Amino acid sequence: MNFIDKPGKLRGFEKNIRVEKVSRRSILKGLGITGGFVLAAPVMSRQAFAYETGAGKMPHGVVVDPRVFVAVAPDGTVTILAHRAEMGTGVRTSLPLIVAEEMEADWSRVKVQQAHGDEVKFGNQDTDGSRSTRHYLIPMRQIGASARTMLEQAAAKRWGVPATEVKAVNHEVVHSASGRKLGFGELAADAAKQSVPSIEGLKLKDPKDFRYLGKGQIGIVDLHDITTGKARYGADVRLSGMKYAVIARPPVTGGKLVSFDPDAALKVPGVEKVMQVRGWPWPSKFQPLGGVAVIARNTGAAIKGRDALKLTWDDGANGKYDSVAYRKELEEASRKPGLVVRQEGDADAALKGADKVVVGEYYLPHLAHVSMEPPVAVADVKGDKAEIWAPVQSPGGTREDVAKTLGIPEDNVTVNVTLLGGGFGRKSKCDFALEAALLSKELGAPVKVQWTREDDVRHDFLHTVSVERIEAGLDKNGKVIAWRHRSVAPTIASTFAAGANHAAPFELGMGLVDMPFEIANISCENPEAAAFTRIGWFRSVSNIPRAFAVQSMVGEIAQATGRDQKETLLALIGSPRIVKPAVKDLWNYGEPYDSYPIDTARLRKVVELAAEKGEWGRQVPKGHGLGIAVHRSFVSYIATIVEVAVDEKGKLTVPRVDTAIDCGTYVNPERIASQMEGAAIMGLSVAKYGAITFKDGKVEQKNFDDFQVLRMDESPLVTNVYIVPPGPDTLPSGVGEPGVPPFAPALMNAIFAATGKRIRSLPLGKQLEA
Amino acid sequence: MIKVKINGQEQSWDGDPDLPLLWFLRDEAGLTGTKFGCGQALCGACTVIVDKEAVRSCITSINDVAGREVTTIEGLHPNGDHPVQKAWRQVNVPQCGFCQAGQIMQAAALLMENPKPSHDQIREAMAGNICRCGCYQRIENAVHLASTGV
Repeated sequence: MNFIDKPGKLRGFEKNIRVEKVSRRSILKGLGITGGFVLAAPVMSRQAFAYETGAGKMPHGVVVDPRVFVAVAPDGTVTILAHRAEMGTGVRTSLPLIVAEEMEADWSRVKVQQAHGDEVKFGNQDTDGSRSTRHYLIPMRQIGASARTMLEQAAAKRWGVPATEVKAVNHEVVHSASGRKLGFGELAADAAKQSVPSIEGLKLKDPKDFRYLGKGQIGIVDLHDITTGKARYGADVRLSGMKYAVIARPPVTGGKLVSFDPDAALKVPGVEKVMQVRGWPWPSKFQPLGGVAVIARNTGAAIKGRDALKLTWDDGANGKYDSVAYRKELEEASRKPGLVVRQEGDADAALKGADKVVVGEYYLPHLAHVSMEPPVAVADVKGDKAEIWAPVQSPGGTREDVAKTLGIPEDNVTVNVTLLGGGFGRKSKCDFALEAALLSKELGAPVKVQWTREDDVRHDFLHTVSVERIEAGLDKNGKVIAWRHRSVAPTIASTFAAGANHAAPFELGMGLVDMPFEIANISCENPEAAAFTRIGWFRSVSNIPRAFAVQSMVGEIAQATGRDQKETLLALIGSPRIVKPAVKDLWNYGEPYDSYPIDTARLRKVVELAAEKGEWGRQVPKGHGLGIAVHRSFVSYIATIVEVAVDEKGKLTVPRVDTAIDCGTYVNPERIASQMEGAAIMGLSVAKYGAITFKDGKVEQKNFDDFQVLRMDESPLVTNVYIVPPGPDTLPSGVGEPGVPPFAPALMNAIFAATGKRIRSLPLGKQLEA
Repeated sequence: MIKVKINGQEQSWDGDPDLPLLWFLRDEAGLTGTKFGCGQALCGACTVIVDKEAVRSCITSINDVAGREVTTIEGLHPNGDHPVQKAWRQVNVPQCGFCQAGQIMQAAALLMENPKPSHDQIREAMAGNICRCGCYQRIENAVHLASTGV
C-alpha cells in the first residue's frame, strides 16, 4: 500500500523516489514520538509533477512519504521533520512550514524535529547549491496534502458523511453543514487507518488560500532559543565522559609529520594525552590531514597543550606554493589560448576586425569561509558502531565517509545534525567529523574535536584563486561584436583527483559558458591551472570571479563608449529570449534546461526593477557614485545597485544598496530579504578585504585580524531588497548563494563612477588611498 | 580555589588559574550559550558581562574574574525577555544565530552605559562583534528598538 500508484504516469522524480517499507513502530521510533500516530499515506499529485527539477538526479533522490516526515500526537501536536541542515537560510523553518500549510496545521502547534543523516530514508540531504526550496517545494506540499486528506477522510467516516463535505481548517476538520468539528489529535488514530487516496483525489491548496507561504510573517523556529543561548550548535554537544581535543595539522597541504615531542604539552594542567592522528595523502576528497592531537579535560587546556608541542614537518611538494608567483602564472596563462569551452561565430576574426577592443584582466585571490562557528564535531565510537554530532551540510555524505574511514557498515553510523553556526560550503566537507571519529575510536571515549580560528583559516577548503581575462570587440557604433573570456583557476576537482587541471562542467556553468549576452562572436576558454592546496565550494563558487569580471567589463564598455552603465548592460543582454549557449551538456545547476532556461526577459526585469526602486540615475553628492551589476546563478536572477562614497583619503563607505531578486515561487520573503542583506555584507567583505595568500606553501593569514571580514561600522547604511512577484507557473529557484556575485562588480562600477579608478584586482585593500 | 559568581550562582575552580573564562563557562560549567569564535578578542562571539561591563571571555582568565559577577546569555533575563532579546525577536535578527549571544550581551552592556545610543554610536559600539551571515542592519535596528521600548 505504500508504493507509488501508476509511477509510469509521473514525470521527473519518479525514478528516484523511494518509498520505504518501514513499519509503523520504526517510524514512531524514528520521529522520537511515543503514543503518537503516524499518518500512512504516500500520495503524490500527478499534476504537481507537471515540471521537472534536478531533485531526482541527486544521490538518493526525493522521498515523498508523510509517514517519514509527519506525526500527529493525540494532543494534536504535529511533528514535522526537517531533513536539510540549518546554517542560517531558514530552511529548517521553511520546509516544515510548507507541509504545515498544505496540511492546514496551525503553525503554533507544530514542532520541528531535525532528521539525522539517512538518505535512504529521507532522500538527499546535501544542503548546498541553493536548492532546498527548489527541490522540495512540491514534495513538501504533497506530503502535507496527503496528511490533510487522510485526516479529512477519517472525520468524514466518523460522521458518516461524504468526504467532499468536510474540510481541514486550521488544525481541525470541519463539517460545515452540521457545524461539527474534530481536532487533528482526535482524528490521528483513525486517519492512520485510512486507505490511500488516489492520485486524482489528492488536491493541493489553491495558493490564494495560503496562510503562511509567501507571507513572511513566521519567525524562524529557533528564534527564541538563539536569543536565549539555548540553541545547540556542533560545539555545544556535551556527552558524559567526553574528552576535548585540538589537533596540530601539517602547515602545508600534503605535508607530513616527521616527529613530535609531547613532553611540554603533557605538563600543561588538564592535558591528558597526546596522540598522532592518521592523515591521508593529498588529494583525498575530505579525508583528514592528520597531525598530532592533544586530549584534555577542556578545550582551553587542549589549546594550551598544543601550543607547547614541539613538531617537525616535512612540507612536501606544495611547500613551494607562493601566491605572488602563482598570480603571474595565472595571468600569463590567461593571455594565451586555452581549452575552448564555448564557441559561437569567430571571436578571433571579429576581435581583429573590431574598431576598438576593451581588455580587462580581473584577479580574485583565495577566500576562506570563516563561518562564525569554526569546524567542530563530537564522536562516540564503540566497537563497530559510531555516533556523530556535527554541524554538517551533508549528513548523508558524512555518514558514508565515517563508515568508510572506520571500516564499518553505514548502517552502524548515526549522524546527528546540530545547528550550523554558518556553513557557506565549508561544512559540506566532513573532515572534522572524520577526525573526531578516528580519535574516539582510538581513545575508546567520546571526544569533541574543536578547530580554532587559526586552524580554520589555515586548513580550509579554500575558494579558488583566479584570473578572468575578457576582451570585448566593439564596432564603430560601440556595439559589442566579439567576446573572448578566458577563465584560469585551480578546480575543485583537484580536491578529488590528482592532476585535475581544468574546470569541471559545474564550474564552467557558473558564469563562464552561460554568459547571457547577445553577441555574435563568442569564445570562452579555460586554460590549465594546477592546484597546490585544497580547493572547495564557497558560497556561490565560481560565480564570484566570473560575475566580477563580466559585470566589471560591462562598466568598462560603458566607459569606453561614453554610455550609461545600465543602458550598456541592457543592450548587451539584448532581446528577451531563451539563451541557448553552444555548449555540449551545459551544466545548469543540476536542473533540466527546459524547466530552468536562461531567460533574458527575467534578467532584464531585475535590472529594471533594481533601477526603478533604486532610483538609478539619481543625483548623488560629490565623491559618491552608483554602480550596477546583474547575474543569474542558482537559476535565480539578481541585480544590485551600490552607492559608494569615497572621501579624499580614499576611505570608502556604502550609503545604500538596492537589490532585486527573481527567485520564482517563494516560501518566506522575509528570509529572502535577510539572505540578500547578508549577501551584500559578504560581497563587501570579499571586495574590500578577502584574500588568503600563500608563502612557502603556508597560509599567511591566521585570524580575523589579518583575514578581515566586514564589521558593523563599515556595513552599508541601508540595504533594500525587492522581490519579483512570481507568476502562477514560475518555478522556485534559489536564494542562499546568488546574492553574492553581483555585489563586487556593482561596487567596482560605483567606485569608477565616484573616482574614475577602475579596480580589477580584488580585494580593494588600499588601492583607493594616495 | 577561585570563586566566581556566574548568573547569580557561586562557582569554584581549582584548576589552571589561567584558563580562559570562555572554556570554564562552556566546558566546565556547561554554559554553552557563550560561543567560541576566534580566541583572540577579535570577533565578540564570547562576550559576557562582568559586573556591568562587556568583556571577551576568550582572553579573560578565570582568575581575572575571581570574586566578580559574571552574566552570560543564560542569565541575562530569567525568561529570555530582556528588552534586547525581545527586540532581536521582533526584528528577526538572526540567520545562523551563532554570534547572537555575543551580540546581545554587547548590546545589553551598551544600553546599560548609554540607554539612548544614536545609530552611529550603535554601529561603533557593536563593531567588535562580527556576524559572518551579515545581520548588521537588523542588529542595528534591534538595538535601536530596544533603546526606544519594545
